[in-house]
Amino acid sequence: MTTEHVDGAPVVLSARRISKSFSGVQVLFSVDFELRQGEIHALMGENGAGKSTLVKILSGFEQPTSGEILFDGKSTKLPANGAAEALGIVIIHQEFNLAEHLTVTESLFLGREVTRFGVLDRKFMRAETRRVLDLLGSHVDENALIGSLSIAEKQMVEIAKAISRDARVVFMDEPTAVLSREETNFLFRLVRKLRDKGTSFVFVSHKLDEVMELTDRVTVLRDGQWIKTSPTSVLDGEAIAQLMVGRELSSLYAAKNEPDVDEEVVLRVDAVSTGYVRDASFEVRRGEILGFSGMIGSGRTELMEAIVGLRARTAGEVLVRGQPVPAGDVHAANKAGLAYMTKDRKAKGLLLNAGMMANLTLQSLGRHSRLGYLDPASEEAALVKARRRFDIRVRDDKIVAGRMSGGNQQKLLLAKVMETDPSIIIIDEPTRGIDVGTKQQIYHFISALARDGRSIIVVSSEMPEIIGLCSRVAVMREGQIAGVLEGDEISEQEIMRYAAGLKKKAAA
Amino acid sequence: MSVNQEGSQEAIRRRSWRDIDLRAVAPFVALALLLLVGALVNPNFISINNLANVATRSAFIAIIAVGATFVISSGDLDLSVGAMVAFIASLMILFMNSGVIADPVLMLLGAILFAIVAGTLCGLTNGLITTVGRIEPFIATLGTMGIYRGLTTWLSQGGAITLKEPELQEMYRPAYFGTIAGVPVPIVVILAVTAVAAFILYRTRYGRHVVAVGSNRDVARYSGISVNRVRTVAFVIQGLCVAVAVLLYVPRLGSTSATTGILWELQAITAVVVGGTALKGGAGRVWGTICGAFILELVGNIMLLSNFISEYLIGAIQGAIIIIAMLVQRSLVRKS
Repeated sequence: MTTEHVDGAPVVLSARRISKSFSGVQVLFSVDFELRQGEIHALMGENGAGKSTLVKILSGFEQPTSGEILFDGKSTKLPANGAAEALGIVIIHQEFNLAEHLTVTESLFLGREVTRFGVLDRKFMRAETRRVLDLLGSHVDENALIGSLSIAEKQMVEIAKAISRDARVVFMDEPTAVLSREETNFLFRLVRKLRDKGTSFVFVSHKLDEVMELTDRVTVLRDGQWIKTSPTSVLDGEAIAQLMVGRELSSLYAAKNEPDVDEEVVLRVDAVSTGYVRDASFEVRRGEILGFSGMIGSGRTELMEAIVGLRARTAGEVLVRGQPVPAGDVHAANKAGLAYMTKDRKAKGLLLNAGMMANLTLQSLGRHSRLGYLDPASEEAALVKARRRFDIRVRDDKIVAGRMSGGNQQKLLLAKVMETDPSIIIIDEPTRGIDVGTKQQIYHFISALARDGRSIIVVSSEMPEIIGLCSRVAVMREGQIAGVLEGDEISEQEIMRYAAGLKKKAAA
Repeated sequence: MSVNQEGSQEAIRRRSWRDIDLRAVAPFVALALLLLVGALVNPNFISINNLANVATRSAFIAIIAVGATFVISSGDLDLSVGAMVAFIASLMILFMNSGVIADPVLMLLGAILFAIVAGTLCGLTNGLITTVGRIEPFIATLGTMGIYRGLTTWLSQGGAITLKEPELQEMYRPAYFGTIAGVPVPIVVILAVTAVAAFILYRTRYGRHVVAVGSNRDVARYSGISVNRVRTVAFVIQGLCVAVAVLLYVPRLGSTSATTGILWELQAITAVVVGGTALKGGAGRVWGTICGAFILELVGNIMLLSNFISEYLIGAIQGAIIIIAMLVQRSLVRKS
C-alpha cells in the first residue's frame, strides 16, 4: 500500500546498463536502476555486491566505464567530486563529512555562505538554519559546535544540510548503523515526511527489518549484477535475504552450546570503575558466550576497554584464572589471554593502507620473530591459514585492507585478534555494517570458538544477535550493569526493560 | 591447452608488472635521469672519481636522513638535527681537547663513545619531550633546535672550536679521507648504516611497529603496541645517526662553529621525502632516502659543473625539489 503514491510518478534519476571496472577488475555488470520522485528505494546486496560503487556513480563521485545516467529523463554526465549537489543530488556518508570545529550553522552554509555587501550575513544564516532544524523537528542548537553533538545529532545536521540545499535525491549509506532505536524511529519519520513532499531517497542498509519498515521499493544486487527490483510490500525479509545471497540461508546461528555450571571461571571482573562506568562485576566461564546489551552510550565499550587495559581503571580488579591483570597495560592483558576486537575496524582495527599480512600479524609479531628477526615464511603461512580458516576472499592477494569489502575486513580483524591465541575474546559489535551472508559466517565462527573452549564476550546493539548467540546476557544502563539474564529470561522485551531502567537486579 | 597456459602466464606477467609500486621506483628513475642529464652537461661528470666524490660529500645528509626516515615513518618530525650536529661535534672536540685521557688511541675511542652517548641523549630528549611532554614534534624539536644551537654558540663563544692535538687529528683523518678496499670510508659507512636501518625497518618487530604507529596510532594502540616507546626509540635512532654523521664530520675539518650544520634538517627531510617516504607517516623507504640524499648532492654538483645556473641558487633549487617531490608523490598515490 505504501507503493501506491509512487506508482506512475516520474522517474528522477536512472541508470541504464551501467558497467564499472577498477584497474581491470569489473565490479558492475550492466546494471539498471531507476528512482522515482517521492519514493524510498532500498538498495541491497552483500558486501562487495556493488552497492557502494553504484551509489558513487549515481552521485557523480565515480564515472561509469560504460552505460548512461538519466537525470529528469535527459542523458547526463554528472559533475565529479560532489558538484552534483548543485543539481540536488546529495549523499549522506556513513562517515560524516562534518568539520568538528564549525558550528551547525557554519556547516549548513559551508561553501555557499550568504553575504551582504561582502560581509557574512550571520543573522540570516542562523535564522535559516533554525528554520530548517525546526522543520525537521530537531532541537539541535544552531550555534552548537559539531564536535559537541551526538552521532544522531550529527546525522540530523547532515540531513538538514541536504534539505537546505533543496535536495531532490538523497543517498543514505547505512544511516542507522550508529543510531539507537528511538533515534532510528525519529529518522524514519523524517524521511517519510520529506518523501511525501517529493524528495526521493536511496537507502543502503543491511538491516532487513528496517528496509521492510521504511522503503517503497527494493533493488537487489549480487556480485555486481542487477537481480531484482520490486515493491517492498510483495517481499518479506527471508525473500530479500535469499535474493542477496543467491542460496537458501540455513539457520543464521549455530545451536547454542551452554557450558556446564561447574565449568571453570576464566574471567572475573570485580567492581571495575572507569570514567562513566561504575562498579561493574561479572564472571565468564570457559566455553561460554556472554552477551553485553544496552543502549548506545551505556558504557559497554568503556568497560571492555578498561578490562583489556586500553583505558585506565579508577577502581576494581580483573582476574584471569585467578591471576590479577594489571590496569592500563594492553600487553599484559594480551599475555594473560585477553583480546579485544574493536567495533571500529576502520579507525582502530586495521591499517587501511597496509596489506593483509601486515595487518594479520601486527598484534602477534612475537610469534614470527627469532631473536628479533621476522620470518616472512612464517607470516605467509599464518596468512594462508587464516584466510582458509576465516574464509577471507579477495581477488588480488596484495590488496590493501582499505580496499577490501566490509565483511572481509571484519573477518581479517577477527583473524588478527585470533592470531594472539586468546582464551578470552571480547568482540565489540561483531557484525556492524556487514551483509547477512558474512554475518552468518561470523556467528558460526564465534560459536566454533566457544566450542573450542574459549570464552567470548559479545557486545552488540543488535538484539537478535545477542539473543541468537549468547547463553547469558548482561544489560548495561548508564554505566552500570543493570542485570544479567539467563535462559528463558533472554528475550527482546526483557532486555529492553533492563536497558530502559524499568527493572534492575544485582549482578550475577 | 597450451594456448590457455600461455594466456595465464601472460596474465601473471602483466600482474607482476602492475604490482611494482611507482612511489618506490620513482626516486631511482629520477636518479638515473639526473645521471643522464649530468653526462650531457659535462663529460667529466660521469667519471667514477666525480661520482665517488659526490657520494662522499652526501654522507652527512644521507646518514642523518636514515634516522629521519624512522622519525618520519612513525609520524613525527625532527627539526633539531642540524643544530644537534653542531652541538655534538663541539662537545666531541672539546672532549678531545680536554686531555682527560692521556693515551691518544684510548682518547679517540673515548671521544667516539662520548659522541654516541651524546647523540643518544639528545635524541632521547627530543623523544621524551614529544611523547611524555605531549608536545607536537614540530614545536618540541623547534625548541631543542634553538637550545642545541644556542649551546653550541655559547661553547664556542661565537667563534670556532678547533681540534688542537695534531697527533689526534692525524690519527682520526682517515675516518673521512681514507678508503677501504678502494672505496672511500664515508661511502662504506653510508652503506653499512643503511643496511642496518633497512634490516631494522623491514625485518624486525620494531620496524613493523614504527610503520603501524605512523600509519594509525589508534590501530597501533589497540594492537597492544606501546606507541610512545616506539616514537621515543625512533628519536633515539635519529640521535644515533646524527652522532655517526658527526664521527665523519669532525675528522674532515677538525673544527666546528655556530654555523655548522645550518639547514641540514631541511636537506635531511628533503632526502627522506624525495626517497618516497610519506611525510604523514606510515611508509618508510630507507634505500629511497639514500637515493634522495644522493640526488640532492648530484644536483649541486651538476650546477657547479655547468655554467648556466649560479651555484648560489643551490638552496632555492633544493627547496624546489622538496615541493616537486611532494607533488610527484601525490600524483602517484592517486594513480595507484
